[in-house]
Amino acid sequence: MTVERLTQPVLITLALVALAVFALISGLDPVLLGASIIIAAQPLLLAAIGEMVVEKSGVLNLGVEGMMIIGAIAGFAFAVESGSPWVGFLGAALAGAALALVFGVLTQVLLSNQVATGLALTLFGLGLAALIGQPYSGLKPPAFGSLDIPGLSDLPVVGPLFLSHDAVVYFALGLVIAVWLFLGRSRPGMILRAVGENHAAAHALGYNVIAIRLAAIAFGGACAGLGGAYLSLVRVPQWNEGMTAGAGWIALAIVVFGAWKPWRVMLGAYLFGGVTILQLNLQAANLTPLWLLAFGLFLFAIWRTLTSRAGPIELLLLWLGTIALGTWSAAYPISIQAQYLSMTPYLVTIIVLVVMSADRLRANQNAPASLGQVFHKSG
Amino acid sequence: MQCDGFAKGPRVTPLLSINGITKAYPGVVANDDVSFTLMPGEIHALLGENGAGKSTLVKTIYGLVRPDAGSMMLGGKAFQPSNPQAARAAGIGMVFQHFSLFEAMSVAENIALGMTSPPDRRELSRSISETSARYGLEVDPFRQVGDLSVGERQRVEIIRCLLQQPRVLIMDEPTSVLTPQEVWTLFETLRQLSAEGVAILYISHKLEEIRALCDRATILRGGKVVASCTPVEETAQSLAEMMIGQSMAAPAVHNRTPGDLALDVQSLNVKSDDPFGVDLKDISFSLMSGQILGVAGVAGNGQDELMLALSGETLVTPETLFLGRRDISVARPNERRVSGLLCAPEERLGHAAAPAMSLTDNAFLTGNARERLSWNGFIKSQVTSNFARAIIAGFDVRTPGPTALAGSLSGGNLQKFLMGREIMQRPRVLVVNQPTWGVDAKAAGDIRRALSTLADEGAGVIVISQDLDELMEVADVFSVIAGGRLSEPVKTGSISIEEIGLMMGGDASVTQQMEALHVDP
Amino acid sequence: MLILERRPAPSRFLQLATPVLALIATMIAGGILFAFLGKNPVEAIRVIFFDPLFDSYSRSEILVKAAPLVLIATGLAMGFRAGIWNIGAEGQFIIGALTGGAVGLAFYGTDGVWLLPLMALAGALGGCAWAMIPAILKIRFNANEILVSLMLVYVATLLLSAMVSGPLRDPDGFNFPESRQFHDSATLPILMAGTRVHMGILVALGVVVAAYVILARHLLGFQIRLYGQAPRAARFAGVRDHILIATCLGISGALAGLAGLFEAAGPVGQLVPALPAGYGFTAIIVAFLGRLNPLGILLAGLVMALTYIGGETAQFSLQIPAAAISVFQGMLLFFLLAVDVLSTYRLRWQGRRAA
Repeated sequence: MTVERLTQPVLITLALVALAVFALISGLDPVLLGASIIIAAQPLLLAAIGEMVVEKSGVLNLGVEGMMIIGAIAGFAFAVESGSPWVGFLGAALAGAALALVFGVLTQVLLSNQVATGLALTLFGLGLAALIGQPYSGLKPPAFGSLDIPGLSDLPVVGPLFLSHDAVVYFALGLVIAVWLFLGRSRPGMILRAVGENHAAAHALGYNVIAIRLAAIAFGGACAGLGGAYLSLVRVPQWNEGMTAGAGWIALAIVVFGAWKPWRVMLGAYLFGGVTILQLNLQAANLTPLWLLAFGLFLFAIWRTLTSRAGPIELLLLWLGTIALGTWSAAYPISIQAQYLSMTPYLVTIIVLVVMSADRLRANQNAPASLGQVFHKSG
Repeated sequence: MQCDGFAKGPRVTPLLSINGITKAYPGVVANDDVSFTLMPGEIHALLGENGAGKSTLVKTIYGLVRPDAGSMMLGGKAFQPSNPQAARAAGIGMVFQHFSLFEAMSVAENIALGMTSPPDRRELSRSISETSARYGLEVDPFRQVGDLSVGERQRVEIIRCLLQQPRVLIMDEPTSVLTPQEVWTLFETLRQLSAEGVAILYISHKLEEIRALCDRATILRGGKVVASCTPVEETAQSLAEMMIGQSMAAPAVHNRTPGDLALDVQSLNVKSDDPFGVDLKDISFSLMSGQILGVAGVAGNGQDELMLALSGETLVTPETLFLGRRDISVARPNERRVSGLLCAPEERLGHAAAPAMSLTDNAFLTGNARERLSWNGFIKSQVTSNFARAIIAGFDVRTPGPTALAGSLSGGNLQKFLMGREIMQRPRVLVVNQPTWGVDAKAAGDIRRALSTLADEGAGVIVISQDLDELMEVADVFSVIAGGRLSEPVKTGSISIEEIGLMMGGDASVTQQMEALHVDP
Repeated sequence: MLILERRPAPSRFLQLATPVLALIATMIAGGILFAFLGKNPVEAIRVIFFDPLFDSYSRSEILVKAAPLVLIATGLAMGFRAGIWNIGAEGQFIIGALTGGAVGLAFYGTDGVWLLPLMALAGALGGCAWAMIPAILKIRFNANEILVSLMLVYVATLLLSAMVSGPLRDPDGFNFPESRQFHDSATLPILMAGTRVHMGILVALGVVVAAYVILARHLLGFQIRLYGQAPRAARFAGVRDHILIATCLGISGALAGLAGLFEAAGPVGQLVPALPAGYGFTAIIVAFLGRLNPLGILLAGLVMALTYIGGETAQFSLQIPAAAISVFQGMLLFFLLAVDVLSTYRLRWQGRRAA
């Protein structure tokens, strides 16, 4: 037990060192890399934390991608028209919630199939966003500045990494804390979990299952909308058709990865943010077979760490080996096609899903028991 | 037959009076002008068959159903709860038949969810311990409900009600999942509450229990109040006749002589893959042809797992299951059917039958293998439909025809169809789980007779049931499943209900003593 | 207030009528949308839904568009019926085009009637293999097939792009990321001169008939329906769920792969990065619009193809943006799901209770 407690921080540190080594050999600034990972993680984090609440209430909304892209264009349009990114974010949240409520009414009131309706939401959202977005392509959104803290933000390493982000980064962190407190500590949160656990019993005790679920769905939509707006207003910042490129689906996978726990969802979002940024940066860098081997070892090390089936010694050796191989591979530049690197976020999603689902007992432990089931009051 | 209980008690104002409650659903009037009164401190039985309208009535009192007509008075004031919160605030508590509990949450959280404004955590767990000590309802507030036994879960439900100091406590079929010993403990608690002035509305169709516990009884049939009486002055027979509205046929006397070995189980061990499931441990027994083996036990003690292992939905280690001489341990369901082992699981909709498919399709579901209803994978629709028709005719299934959806049949009719489906295939061994659960008395009688006839004709039958009376009636030999272990079968009649109760509670020493007593007489 | 009340049995009439109702509702809502875009709604609806029917070339193009949609949707419907959600048909479509196309390119310039069947086989196998990834991960690791199959769409898109700008690039193509044009033996024969109506349309028809027979009359169809409605009853009936999952995903993958190859070796004639035109996703709408019934899917595929062709015309003649058509298709699915409730539930007006 004590060994495990000790190795946890050691392993995380080693993983970060490995990341830094990769950054350095690819000619990148690790601090800058860290900061851009944080930016890249926000859309995923916002969408995933919202979807987690929805799933905790027992509803599976597969339309995250659709709500995100609607949020992206609505945020962009509101920001450009008003000149204020704040109005953009507000508009995105409202648009996301509105679209989510279409899903809510269909699945909760009209009792349609949740899988099919979620897919419809995505297809519809992608089309509608493209339609609305036509006049906006090529425009630049109003800038969304970072909240600098005088003195502190200029500190080396710590400053750019933690203390000079925009308001949404801090908001998202606050949201994770709020969701954590809400679900674990508050009575409404407990009722929401109860509805997701056993809707028939919650109904018998007099709770309004449909109203609670509609509220959760709207919240999830607002979060997805915010996530989308962060893409178009901060991360890119520009409007492109289909710019979410599967982020909504990855957010769904992050909820599974996070085992419906807020902090693990946040960890998942940062992990995927890291993968995305890494592959983007590596597309520009020179790659060798040796390097690929090192990268493979890196992914393998992440996998072994997550499954926690490997012993501490194996993990230490793995991470040390990753760092060594990574450093060694700094020679021999041969480029490989960029497309293969672009596949990594999607492949990592699949690997993570497989790892998290393989242990059925653990996967089911925290999953809401009536997830995806149709609720109809009878009698 | 009808006797009046009103004259008996002293004239006090009723605590709850129900006046002319009527509630109709499409095609059925669940409650038709129902009236009765509940006195303070009274234990009042609401007696009736499945479908008599008991559940609808108590849901009306608890604010879950709005009546079409009629009114209620609680403590002299008009009472019209629009939701359960309002009913609870007015002093109504309810313990549900299918518990309204959340398995993945703690006892304390479950209790807090059933209260309109619970105190903070510490205060709540203190009052939980206090109440459980006072009424002898031991339970740990920090355990997960999913890990509790059925009896413990019921205690959680009761404590949840008691914490809100109810004036009226509604108990919906509370004993159907308890061992006889747990039933006696529950009765003690209820009598204590009644002495404190709480009125208890006790819903059941178990006549002896009502005679033992209740002060008065109101009997419902077809949604109407047909009688009200003082249970101790009645016999179980007369109560049953009021409930069913006709005389009961005496159970068929059976004197069968067991034939050859039909099914042999040799130290069967199965690990359940459900986290809340039960592992089967070292189960051994032999079933002769022409013999009915009854398996008693409280729900969730391995009945479902035993059923799955016998049906072939779970495969078991080789050389543990033998049909006659043939090892069928790793034979898949249809292979077992072809060799003559047929099963009828407990859950009718979703396991034994597909609710949204026609009776013809459902006949094909298990009939294909043994009755050859397909040719090279192509379904012989005419033959299948004739098979379904034959079941409908042979087992008196009330339905428009074989194209009707399984889900549209009443519980009793569907169960007759499903039993008929297996029996028509002339099984060598038939395993049934809860054959008459939720089935009206007439259909239940038909089903039991059909099982007896099947055994008379030489098939081996295993009846798994939680209804002891049913097992006493149909079984030749009898055993108890508790904690995944099955006791050595003994002859029915050589064992008392008390002894069975102790075995059902899983008291290993008793089980061993019993085995010692009855195996080598 | 208005309440929903479960029907004892789903209404057969409404099951047939709801797709039509949904289509009408979509036309109305679409008209409103076009009015917002400043177009004449009546004219827009006429151009999209009716004009193509009165023009022989448009009619043939409807067939060309409908073929892949019907092929894919028929496969998807078998899975959806069983509750197995393959939504990565787009990826299987791409891989089918890639593997089948690669065979065609490998035998570039070789004549022989065997080449096209070989390409079709390679395409179907490629799509099937791509669908086996989610199948195996679901069976072995319990991984959600929706997310895995979807992620593989992005991977397949990138793989196609890597291939046509790498190993399969046209050596005389001035570095454009596209393959050579398939030679004549590797191109689907045209059935009607002057149109693009190709052999694949007949194959799609055959597949529809076969799927209909399997679903209605064969044990496999029975198992699919049973597993979708009551998985426990299916296990009780002896269905082996692992095999069923692999079969459903395999069939839908193979049909999507076949559709991909037909698209590449038919109307497009080469491998290009823009080959996937969203057929895999639109086919989901087609499958639902056709009530997951092969014959219904045939009709639904034609209707959906009509909106594509009409939409293209509307783009030129009315300057209606292409995206409006996908909004249209999304709305259609929404309305379908919304009115669907009427076939299993009936609406009833419940008065306040008497006091």
